[in-house]
Amino acid sequence: MSDLYLLWRNLFRRKLRTFLMMLAIFVAFVIYGVLGSINYAFEHGVDSSADNRLVVVNKITFIQPLPYAYVGKIAAIKGVKNITFANWFGGYYQDARNQIGTFAVDPESYLRIYRDDLRIDPAQRDAFIHDRTSMVVGEAIATKYGWKVGDRIPINSNIFTNKADGSHTWELTVAGIAYAAKESFNTSFIIFQYENFNESKTFGKDTVGWITLETDSAAVNDTVAATIDDMFANSTAETNTQSEKAFGKAFLAQLGNIALIITLVVGAAFATILMIVGNTMVMAVRERTKEIAVLKTLGFPSWRIWRQVLGESVLLSLLGGVPGLLVAGLLVALLSKVASGAIPGLALTLPVAGLGVAFMLLLGVVTGFLPAWNALRLNIVTALGRL
Amino acid sequence: MTGQTLIHLQDVSKRFVKGKDTITIFDHLGLSIPAGDFVAVMGPSGSGKTTLLNLLGGIDQPTEGSITFDGGRVDTLTEGQLARWRAHNVGFIFQFYNLMPTLSAARNVELPLLLTSFSRAERKRRVEAALSLVGLAERADHYPREMSGGQQQRVAIARALISDPKLLLCDEPTGDLDRTTADEILAMLRLLNQEMGKTIVMVTHDPEAAKYARRTLHLDKGRFTERELVA
Repeated sequence: MSDLYLLWRNLFRRKLRTFLMMLAIFVAFVIYGVLGSINYAFEHGVDSSADNRLVVVNKITFIQPLPYAYVGKIAAIKGVKNITFANWFGGYYQDARNQIGTFAVDPESYLRIYRDDLRIDPAQRDAFIHDRTSMVVGEAIATKYGWKVGDRIPINSNIFTNKADGSHTWELTVAGIAYAAKESFNTSFIIFQYENFNESKTFGKDTVGWITLETDSAAVNDTVAATIDDMFANSTAETNTQSEKAFGKAFLAQLGNIALIITLVVGAAFATILMIVGNTMVMAVRERTKEIAVLKTLGFPSWRIWRQVLGESVLLSLLGGVPGLLVAGLLVALLSKVASGAIPGLALTLPVAGLGVAFMLLLGVVTGFLPAWNALRLNIVTALGRL
Repeated sequence: MTGQTLIHLQDVSKRFVKGKDTITIFDHLGLSIPAGDFVAVMGPSGSGKTTLLNLLGGIDQPTEGSITFDGGRVDTLTEGQLARWRAHNVGFIFQFYNLMPTLSAARNVELPLLLTSFSRAERKRRVEAALSLVGLAERADHYPREMSGGQQQRVAIARALISDPKLLLCDEPTGDLDRTTADEILAMLRLLNQEMGKTIVMVTHDPEAAKYARRTLHLDKGRFTERELVA
């Protein structure tokens, strides 16, 4: 027999109670594991943006367009190495619910800027550049809809609902499939030729959604950004130039403050668990007051009993939390498969799992501290009612 | 057969503060118990019997005075030192046995050995020997709820003996048992005193139980009123 055996026997003294506490902790860690992984994937995706990439958007809001003429002016600024632009298209396939991140781009400059993020067969790249009605499809979308090179796909827009020729659908040929060169790069997208888009649309001609540029180095980012914003100050379309990371975060913020939402949900789950488990642990130890007093009478030092009680709550937390994280891992893998890479890099990563284990230990210590302290301070004479 | 003094209480006072009142349990009490003695302590409720047992067992400290055990001061020890001292020198037997309900008889008996450096094999050997001594070798794997009161008390005696203490303190050890079972337990205690030389102090209300002791001390209002030799 060891202290661990004593601890185990005490923990499972009331099996149903222990099982219910483990279940509560299990659920909390499933929630943490899934939401934490999603949050990590979002954060990590944004963090993978290149340091020397800047995005120029309309100062009012990035939904407002910028004049196409800005592209040439910005390209001439000292410190700008490469430049491209894109326009949000609001595309969907067959049904408005099948939304796809669709961008009208200048093929050559766009693929040059994202050369380190996307892998595309050179022949397919050339085909895309030379065919005005073609598109490049990200791997996740190609897999989801089973599209292959040469397929002609009808794409609609929930913004540009009417084309100049009176039709409503953009028929685009799959010129190539783009693969993520970095795991965190989202391949749930379609890019097609801006020229085709600009000619076909019925309003907002010769405008772009945003301009992306590459500076000579991250060190000149601030200077270049300030030069751009100064250049268009007091114009009809003032600019706001920021790093791609900041832009990515602002874009994600459209969905709401994901990190805050996740923190609140996980926080609420943990706060509830903390109260339930903490209260139950206090009661569980209180009902053994006499046994603890007997152990002390036999000569067990107070610190050893303190360690026992604290160990009990930590073990309980681990027994509920570790299976919770494992199940979260399976759910995240399933989610990643179902979402077809819509959230790149979605997996239960080591940092998320590591933080989860740290939370388990913390939960165990916090819930066990009060009963352990009570056990430590327990007076034998009082507890045995021996006055 | 008794020998030199094992426990000596000198001018021991014990007072409790309860609200605004101070309750005096003992006022300059003196007591010597030789090694190998078997003392029964009797007296009405509230006379201080259990407090005396607490002081002798080092689970309570006197307000004044000194307590020596085998020549060494006990009343000056810290809480941690007292715990170690109890583990090595004192075995406790309670009225309601106070066994751990989640542990088998053998595990209950083994508990005090967790405070020693004995190997697992040595612990097992000692547990078997202790359970055999109290006649419960075949009930080693039984849990307290599966045993009668007398059997539970015998397990408690085995637990008290396992670390081979010099002193056994018994608080109404037969208070919860029928006469026949009580006599069996008391006979066992007498055997432990006579054959193994254990010094025993037993608090009891039962005059029949007291007859098993070598002598009986009567305590009333914190003072010994009568000392009588039985055996």
